[in-house]
Amino acid sequence: MNSSSTLINALFIFVLAGFIGFEVIRRVSPLLHTPLMSLTNALDAIAVVGAIVLVGEHKSTLATAFGFVAVVAATSNIVGGFLITDRMLKMFKSSRPVSQPAAKPVAK
Amino acid sequence: MTAELGATTVVIELLYLIASALFILSLKWMSSPTTARHGIWAGEIGMVLAIGGTLLYRGMSYHLIAIALVLGTIIGVPLGRVAMTAVPQRTALSHAFGALCVTLVGSAEFYLRSPDISRFMMSVLSLEVILGGLTVTGSLMAAGKLQEILPQRPLTYKGQNLVNFLLLAGALAIAVTLVLHPEARSLFPFMILIALAFGVLLIIPIGGADMPTVISLLNGYAGLSAAAMGFVLNNKLLIIAGALDGSSGLILSIIMSKAMNRSFTNVLFGAFGQVQASHAAEEEARPVRSATPEEAAAILSAANRVIVVPGYGMAVAQAQHKVRELYDALTKRGVDVRFAIHPVAGRMPGHMNVLLAEADIPYDRLIEMDEINGDFPQTDVALVIGANDVTNPAARTDASSPIYGMPILDVDKAHTVMVIKRSMNPGFAGIDNPLYYLDNTLMLFGDAKAFVGSIVRELSGGHG
Repeated sequence: MNSSSTLINALFIFVLAGFIGFEVIRRVSPLLHTPLMSLTNALDAIAVVGAIVLVGEHKSTLATAFGFVAVVAATSNIVGGFLITDRMLKMFKSSRPVSQPAAKPVAK
Repeated sequence: MTAELGATTVVIELLYLIASALFILSLKWMSSPTTARHGIWAGEIGMVLAIGGTLLYRGMSYHLIAIALVLGTIIGVPLGRVAMTAVPQRTALSHAFGALCVTLVGSAEFYLRSPDISRFMMSVLSLEVILGGLTVTGSLMAAGKLQEILPQRPLTYKGQNLVNFLLLAGALAIAVTLVLHPEARSLFPFMILIALAFGVLLIIPIGGADMPTVISLLNGYAGLSAAAMGFVLNNKLLIIAGALDGSSGLILSIIMSKAMNRSFTNVLFGAFGQVQASHAAEEEARPVRSATPEEAAAILSAANRVIVVPGYGMAVAQAQHKVRELYDALTKRGVDVRFAIHPVAGRMPGHMNVLLAEADIPYDRLIEMDEINGDFPQTDVALVIGANDVTNPAARTDASSPIYGMPILDVDKAHTVMVIKRSMNPGFAGIDNPLYYLDNTLMLFGDAKAFVGSIVRELSGGHG
């Protein structure tokens, strides 16, 4: 393994992902900033994959114990985060297109 | 890892790649309420693919993983079902959980790898657990303050910044020592402990009004620590998700600090919460004009354009559903009603929009500050419900005011301003609001929910 090239690759990914994040999130309507935060929170809980490997490989008792708690914490974020984001987004209704979704199925 | 990747590894990496793309799409679709729910699906599919891929790793034992996943789901479901007013503390709590996961994984990796750990790896790992640790306790403190388990008032003491600085310096000193001497394993727990203590002390001086900034900042820290974890585990998906979350938190912090007229560095170093000087104590009683619900209803029904300015006080009084009835009653009479949303209204970014959306107010009636401010001069009535500092004209005119320079909603430019307020007591920040003494201002004294309710009764009574 060439560790310095791994590092450079990782840095490239980090910087490019940071720019994408900046551009994408700048466009999010302030209307949705709360659901945005709960969604990024759920996505961030992807850290669960690192914890799953710790538990599954069972290299030491300490690592397994830490990993176990970490999986529980991250999973609760994934489940809770997606649930509440969905609940919030369902509440956002427009005053105009109310008739549109109803009209579309009729047209088909 | 060998240079020749095994077939399983390739499959896992490809699944991670698809998940990364779905995560980016997920955030892209959040740009508009019409596509936002696709964003959730994309995120969920990405998450399932990534977790499924991870389970493919060879030599894994699954029963503990299964138990942990079930336990996490059992905790997660109620956290997904909290009331909308409780969303800020739920969010703070989930920052704490996310950071806890990152800190624990980082600690476990340290004990598995040390002393055979490269300098770069040790630096990133230290960054991961320091950021993670301070986010865990900081977020728990923020959640406690928002849930009002802890006192909301900022706690300040002499030399606070010095203590915080010394603590941070101590944690960094240990980190540097560990980078140079990774075999000094006994130092590691102290680094974590200092980070945890630092998180507590960072949030102690922060009051309720600064919570939107703090939550955003903690969001950014949680994201950065997850990205650091991605470096440690050489997991590209984690780096990407962490970078996305980190940039989201940073952007929201910048927006919030601008809306509070604080410099971003001021926010970064936790010096907020101290600017609020109270100098309204010996304010002599100046004359104000007040009105009854009947008079307010008469003025509102005669208006063509009304802008409602909601603040956190409206949510505290649980008045949003009564406000919805008022919106309905006025709209039925042909009055154009819109809502002016200040970026820091509520306890986290965008909180007010969620509270009003829950009350079934259409989102295209919720207008951001910059967009609606130009319309106040052509507005017949501006109705302020539970908002104070964000309407204070002193922010524009009085250089000696503690909130001078903060962007505000220009309600004072409306033909008539009506303010629903319990009494003339100054608000949370203790800053007097000259808006209340203007000639075109009518004070409506009473509880927001009860008062709006009486206006609605008047309107429907007059109608029927």
